[in-house]
Amino acid sequence: MTWLRQIIEQGRPLPAARAHIRVLVEEAAWLKAGAQLAANQGTLLSLWGDSDAVHVAVLANAETAILTLACPDRRFASIGNLHPPALRLERATRDLYGLDAEPSTDTRPWLDHGRWGLRHPLAACEPAADALSPYAFDGADGPPMHQIPVGPVHAGIIEPGHFRFTANGETVVRLEQRLGYVHKGIDRILVGATLEQAAKVASRVSGDSTVAYALAFARAVEAALGLEAPPRAAFLRALMAELERIANHFGDIGAIANDASFSLLYAHCGILRERVLRAAEHCFGHRLMMDRIIPGGVTTDLRPDGAATLHALIATIRRHFPELIELYDGTASLQNRTVSTGVLSPDLAMQYGAGGFVGRASARLFDARKTPGYPPYSNLVFDVPVRRAGDVDARVWVRIEEVQQSLSLIEQILAKEPEGALSLRTAGSAKAADDGAEGLALVEGFRGDILAWVRLAADGRLARCHLRDPSWFQWPLLEAAIAGNIVADFPLLNKSFNCSYSGHDL
Amino acid sequence: MRKLLLESLIRRPLTEPAPSRDDPDLVALAQGLRIAARRRLGRSLAIREVDAGSCNGCELEIHALNNAFYDIERFGLRFVASPRHADVLLVTGPVAKNMREALERTYAATPDPKWVVAAGDCAANCGVFAGSYACVGPVASVIPVDLTIPGCPPTPLSLLKGLLALLDRRAVAATN
Repeated sequence: MTWLRQIIEQGRPLPAARAHIRVLVEEAAWLKAGAQLAANQGTLLSLWGDSDAVHVAVLANAETAILTLACPDRRFASIGNLHPPALRLERATRDLYGLDAEPSTDTRPWLDHGRWGLRHPLAACEPAADALSPYAFDGADGPPMHQIPVGPVHAGIIEPGHFRFTANGETVVRLEQRLGYVHKGIDRILVGATLEQAAKVASRVSGDSTVAYALAFARAVEAALGLEAPPRAAFLRALMAELERIANHFGDIGAIANDASFSLLYAHCGILRERVLRAAEHCFGHRLMMDRIIPGGVTTDLRPDGAATLHALIATIRRHFPELIELYDGTASLQNRTVSTGVLSPDLAMQYGAGGFVGRASARLFDARKTPGYPPYSNLVFDVPVRRAGDVDARVWVRIEEVQQSLSLIEQILAKEPEGALSLRTAGSAKAADDGAEGLALVEGFRGDILAWVRLAADGRLARCHLRDPSWFQWPLLEAAIAGNIVADFPLLNKSFNCSYSGHDL
Repeated sequence: MRKLLLESLIRRPLTEPAPSRDDPDLVALAQGLRIAARRRLGRSLAIREVDAGSCNGCELEIHALNNAFYDIERFGLRFVASPRHADVLLVTGPVAKNMREALERTYAATPDPKWVVAAGDCAANCGVFAGSYACVGPVASVIPVDLTIPGCPPTPLSLLKGLLALLDRRAVAATN
């Protein structure tokens, strides 16, 4: 029996979780899970707070479970102390819920910058009596170190965050991130929201992954209600998800080249990205396909001439993309910048459960479309590209290969596209749901796996919702990957990770 | 690479015609602007983009203005890396409380004369984030806004129209 199975069987099962496993555990089992995660016997999927408890979602031996620890005195045994990937999630849990992880190696606030005028917005929500002490960055000792503060407002058209570099000459000795600048209070906005409102908010957690977030949220709600969207909806959802993936990968490949001052590739990738967005607008009426996926199905059908548009798009990409790949692969000055830059070791990628191209470029074979899998992907044939080098180049190649896989997926979807309804009515079934019905979903966005967990209230509104961006486990790895590289390579490396600020800051 | 460059020389450009000056959107946007503002800006504009709490959707579409289809630089508009080089701040997002000071300081660092464009529904009225404990409010509640471009996110074309409204003297002549 696996360790997770053992914990599940010894814990108290919570029937509110309909399609997934959630058990109430004692502190000993909680700590055992932490120790097993630390020993690489499983992957941390998320950790988040509730009114008087804390949850940890883990994946071990292809089994997913949520372990819940009651915290009547608003304290819980720290998992981050054993398994560092949980650290920032624990700090966020303290800021939002007032639940303290103890003993913690990092007690600094994370999302709370002392600007909200209140503390613990999802718990007692007490007014902030005193100002927070200034954020203490970890330094590095020894001459001749110097610090370079960057942000929150960056030089490019990108999201805000602060990077504190400690450098020895040109070489970065330490990078420390400070995030939370775009914290919008999403967790609390979602408490008491109708499913319709909540779907709109979930679609705006990270605008580049609007399709993936809407899908994750919809699937979590459907799991809570015991529903499965109609087959046609599942195909249209996948169609949008693959278009989103391709558009973002083109954007990233071009932007990485641009950060190495190779603007020719940037310009051509920008053209392909624009073509994908225009096709999306033509097919679904919105360039980013926002608000097209809702709990129960989809709001928009593919236009009658949509299939022809997409076939033409694929033909265009197949004609032009190989030239661009050749350009990337054959330009020595560009390769000089990307190859062996910013290496992320497979061990770290595994430890942090890094999703998407960050994990796959460092040998971590994981894709939520395969494990746990969701419709319609089990009916479609595709590979999950993996590289071992872990450098900027490997992250570019994973994207290139994923574009090719997604093109094939779109063709398969168009060939199999079933007829039928676009959505189920969730309004009636929401009433039928038990008070406190819960659902969990894991969905593969372009950046990696997005976790969504919901608890419904008796009136069909949301009681709680937790959305975990893949960036939670990728941002800390960026700190590791830059060490020993030169400052000038940071933009390149950062772009190759392309972590989300908004998705992380919530 | 040579082949790609050569093809680019002989192929027709992808860049699309500029929005017509009689475009009703452009005229509507121009109405909100003072003539003086437009006179001082002339035909060239340096823009500093500031994400004050956006979901990144607006940033994606602002980025698209640089692609070959919209080619924003042909209008004399360009994005600059520092507020110290900017005439215009293009601000997105419901202003997050954690970003308020950064936005105020960016505004203070921009030399006069300066203009502020609030881009997107969040910047205009906080969008779906209205009422959150973590948001100050629309951009106009933090710094003075000269022009608002709606949309979630605004399309590159509506962004372009809005920015052209800042420049175009003829549009203002038509509305006065």
